Amino acid sequence: MRQGKKWVALALVSALAMAACGSDDKDGSDTTSASGGTTGGQAGGTLVFGTSSDPVVLDGAYVSDGESLRVIDQLFETLVTTVPGGTEIEPSLAKSWSASDDGTVWTFDLQTGVKFHDDTDFNAAAVCFNFDRWYNFTGVAQSAAVSYYWSTVFGGFSDGATPSLYKSCEAKDDATAIISLTAPSAAFLSGLAVSAFVIASPDALTKYEADKVGGTDDAPTFDGTFGTEHPVGTGPFKFDGWTPGDKLTIVRNDGYWGTKAILDKVIFKPIADGPARRTALETGEIQGYDLVDPADVTALADGGYQILKRPAFNVGYVGFNQAKPPLDNQKIRQAIAYALNRQALVTAKYPEGAEVATQFQPPSLFGWSADVPDYSYDPEKAKALIAESGVTDLTIEFYYPSDVSRPYMPDPTANFEAFKADLEAVGFTVVPKTAPWRSGYLDDVDAGNAQVYLLGWTGDYGDPDNFVGTFFRTPQVAWGFDNQEIFDALTAARDTADVAERTKLYEEANKMIMEFVPGVPYVHTEPSLAFAPGITGYTPSPVSLESFATVSLG
Amino acid sequence: MFKFIVRRLLLLIPILLGLSFLLFIWVRALPGGPATALLGERATPERVAQVNAAYGFDKPVLEQYFKYLGRVARFEFGQSITLRKDVTEELLRRFPATVELAAAAMVFAVGLGIPLGFAAAKRERSWVDSTAVVASLAGVSIPVFFLAQILKWIFALKLNWFPTIGRLQPTRELEHVTNFNLIDSVIALDGGAWVDTVKHLVLPGIALGTIPLAIIARITRASVLEVLNEDYVRTARAKGMSRRIVDRRHVLRNALLPIVTVVGLQTGLLLSGAVLTETVFAWGGIGQLLSGAVLDKDYPVIQGGVLFLAVVFVLVNLIVDVLYAVIDPRIRVR
Amino acid sequence: MATVQEHLQSLMGNRVVETSGSSLTLETWRRLRSNRIAMVGGAVILFFVLVAIFAPWLAPHDPRANTWFDQIRPSSVPGPSQEHWFGLDESGRDLLSRIIYGARTSLIIGIVSLAIGASIGAVFGVLAGAFGGWVDSLVMRITDVLLSVPSLLLALSVAAVIGQSQMAVMIAVAVPNIPLFARLLRSSMMAEREKDYVSAAVSVGIKRRPLVMAHILPNSLGPMIVQGTLALATAVIDAAALSFLGLGSADPGVPEWGRMLANAQRYLNVAPHLCLIPGFVIFITVLGFNLFGESLREALDPKLRR
Repeated sequence: MRQGKKWVALALVSALAMAACGSDDKDGSDTTSASGGTTGGQAGGTLVFGTSSDPVVLDGAYVSDGESLRVIDQLFETLVTTVPGGTEIEPSLAKSWSASDDGTVWTFDLQTGVKFHDDTDFNAAAVCFNFDRWYNFTGVAQSAAVSYYWSTVFGGFSDGATPSLYKSCEAKDDATAIISLTAPSAAFLSGLAVSAFVIASPDALTKYEADKVGGTDDAPTFDGTFGTEHPVGTGPFKFDGWTPGDKLTIVRNDGYWGTKAILDKVIFKPIADGPARRTALETGEIQGYDLVDPADVTALADGGYQILKRPAFNVGYVGFNQAKPPLDNQKIRQAIAYALNRQALVTAKYPEGAEVATQFQPPSLFGWSADVPDYSYDPEKAKALIAESGVTDLTIEFYYPSDVSRPYMPDPTANFEAFKADLEAVGFTVVPKTAPWRSGYLDDVDAGNAQVYLLGWTGDYGDPDNFVGTFFRTPQVAWGFDNQEIFDALTAARDTADVAERTKLYEEANKMIMEFVPGVPYVHTEPSLAFAPGITGYTPSPVSLESFATVSLG
Repeated sequence: MFKFIVRRLLLLIPILLGLSFLLFIWVRALPGGPATALLGERATPERVAQVNAAYGFDKPVLEQYFKYLGRVARFEFGQSITLRKDVTEELLRRFPATVELAAAAMVFAVGLGIPLGFAAAKRERSWVDSTAVVASLAGVSIPVFFLAQILKWIFALKLNWFPTIGRLQPTRELEHVTNFNLIDSVIALDGGAWVDTVKHLVLPGIALGTIPLAIIARITRASVLEVLNEDYVRTARAKGMSRRIVDRRHVLRNALLPIVTVVGLQTGLLLSGAVLTETVFAWGGIGQLLSGAVLDKDYPVIQGGVLFLAVVFVLVNLIVDVLYAVIDPRIRVR
Repeated sequence: MATVQEHLQSLMGNRVVETSGSSLTLETWRRLRSNRIAMVGGAVILFFVLVAIFAPWLAPHDPRANTWFDQIRPSSVPGPSQEHWFGLDESGRDLLSRIIYGARTSLIIGIVSLAIGASIGAVFGVLAGAFGGWVDSLVMRITDVLLSVPSLLLALSVAAVIGQSQMAVMIAVAVPNIPLFARLLRSSMMAEREKDYVSAAVSVGIKRRPLVMAHILPNSLGPMIVQGTLALATAVIDAAALSFLGLGSADPGVPEWGRMLANAQRYLNVAPHLCLIPGFVIFITVLGFNLFGESLREALDPKLRR
């Protein structure tokens, strides 16, 4: 075995030697770009960005998960988009637009001279092709797992099973698209900025069978290659290749109609484990990643890394199911609101910039009211209210998810423990209940099994209906109440056209909601991204609509 | 011999059928489903029902099972609900990654384990032996995920010797022919890629290989000790044969049998998806795929993946048994 | 016919030891005493058990009281100090107290899961060994299947059926023990069956059950104890791994080492004591069990007698 040992030793030594020699190409940026067409003088370079998982598919109409949208936002564009870093609407593929007097016919003047990545022309016909494609979805494509945003903004499809806001699209000429709605809508325009409504090349959609659903009725398979191999859009980047589990590559689109991207290439590397992402940033294997854990923010900043924060556009809350006593008693709900020391939790567990929430929508969104009832921490008041309520059995089941990290709730267990202690301090008996997020927790909450639970929401577009409307405009099992006054107030607020009027109505509604206390909102957070020193040009957006086109390696 | 192999392979079929049935029912009995996984916070009972209807998950379980069997008979194993990719294709594509990792771990485990065990056995009751015993037991006493973090911290962060994620540096391009990066880089005559692949294999290989290392060292030590105490060894030495020759010709050969067995068993276990290691090192293999699928309730992937691994495990065991019988004619196989 | 597994088992020392009454125990004890490693392992086990039993008297604070929550910030968790020897945990609780009570939790998990796994496994093994034939094949195939299912899936299902709880963890951890003990008892049974005294007893008309209970089982005691100590060690690690995956008692306030380790992952760079202390404690305890169990195995092995 002596020879065996010698061989092992030799192998070890050579391994170490190679490691030592090879360690200088730690820096992930490859300045010798493979693509030849670099316009003279550009900084170029490659950026590697760490993501939490692979995208599902690169077809805007088919997805609602953050990772798919992240890539889609680089390859495709919508008619209108949000201003960088905000939620107001600005032109994108549509230069300008106007609405008819009754608000049902919208005319869009489109940009000219724009080409898709496959060199076909972008025009009104392409726009209508896309809208009609979505409107005509059938079968599994209609389910919320596939076309969530269409149903949220427009409602139904061409089969008429549910009423739809969409009526038709007309291509008056190459540069004018007219979209007709079945009813006036104030949220329609903001809705169009959502990445689900990106305009894709009709040629590619057809050629690569984007809508082909095979398999059997009860085991549908998506057989087209549009969303996995040929996602052709108009955006500042083009698709270059995708190996699931390994990486997804996009390269600069030199034929882009607007300001061209600075980087040559962006590589998205999926790393499921949070601490592994951070380590990868620190070793230089990636140059940026999203959703930095609060524990890491200070350490990374001290280490010279850049922490970029998204303006708060979410809410974390403790939900109540009023179908389960004693939560049907308003005094008990108020008592819980006073009992929870929300500020202490935010200070202890959330990074700087997070603030205590007073209502179910963030302050930056119109309709936020400064006059909602104040439930600042007051355990004595809580105890008094409990006594007044006359409820003797103070046992409650408190649900929290065991294994997830959400932007508004990075560490659910910590939140749970703090709140549990607060509740026990005023006399409640808390029974802990938990399940993994995707394996039972959400089901329990939706089915109405959870009495008191931790949950939250990140906004998709800049309209209060997307927050308080989603929660309280219709009766829901998870909240377990039937308050017609609130339902009506929110429906009226959504359907009004005048912005000033809507603002007032939503402010009133928020006051009403907080008096009713259907739950206790406790935090709005600023989720953050981390980048290596020197990287510039990334603008965080509250709705996560962020472009890599302006990013440079410094 | 041939009959033995055939019989074992035939036994595979009822096992797979039984396993697939159990899995099918089992996974659907668990709370949560792909609908909830896909919709997240946006899930509402109506939406969940809609998705379940679209995919046929609301039909009676037995009915679903027979339809599933029908598809399997036509060799249609379905498409991943979350990844929208063909299950078999995805499993086969990722398998080489797991194999490479398992191989690296075994190289580490065997390369260090056998010499260590041998040295310990030779110097029984010395401090070398004690250290080896303690070390090998320590190896199985550390939680793998903890070890992985420590390794990363020391060797990647502080010393900067090795990378921590993936199989290749993300900016490196390599033509995927076999999907075994070690082979593909040779085919492409890309020395840099080969070195890069090896560097990426080091830390995960050590993390994954520590437990097999400990077990192999222990078995080697025990096996060698047993042989050393055999009369024929003492006889050979008494007759004047040099230690080295005795070691090589008699001790090692006879001690090898159980060692080979353990190596085989451990390989089988490793190939069954090193879930934690693959997750912590963002390794694009079967373990990563399967753990994600279990959490996402991706039924087709879970069903296909677990069956795939069961087959691999049984096949590896079969090979080990056959090898064993071939090496030692005293062991008859029924 | 000797299968691979059987030869391996005989190598690992799980063969039946000749009973010669009290002299075996004395002999074993003497050999253990002279083995330094065994003594170290034994000391660790003893320490662990004592801490677990006397936890309420040893712990300076209530392990569940988050009295010091106001000292916690996202990036700073106070480390070891005069007041708190092990520092605070991420929810403002005294870490030393939690470690001490954690010993108790781990001991309970270990013992209960061992008991469940060993008894079920023993029943299977005895049946397989005693009856042979198709019963044997069936039991062996079942154990094969049990071994090839991913533990994550198994743990998730158990947790789903009985609700996420400590009991679920104990059952999930017990399952891998079943095939182990089944195999153990099976080979013992099969070895004993060949013995003369068994044929003699059977020919005289003694029923199977009293034979098994009175003679065969006691002969397997040695290897079972060895397996038991080693299984206890594995139980602690498995429970930690399951906590890492998010499956454990619904109440995060319950002090359990594995859970503490899992929660501390995100703080490795910022507050390393949260990760290192539970990790080290798990390591030492498990190592102690392994050292002792291993030495016991060698002490019981007649082949190593000089």
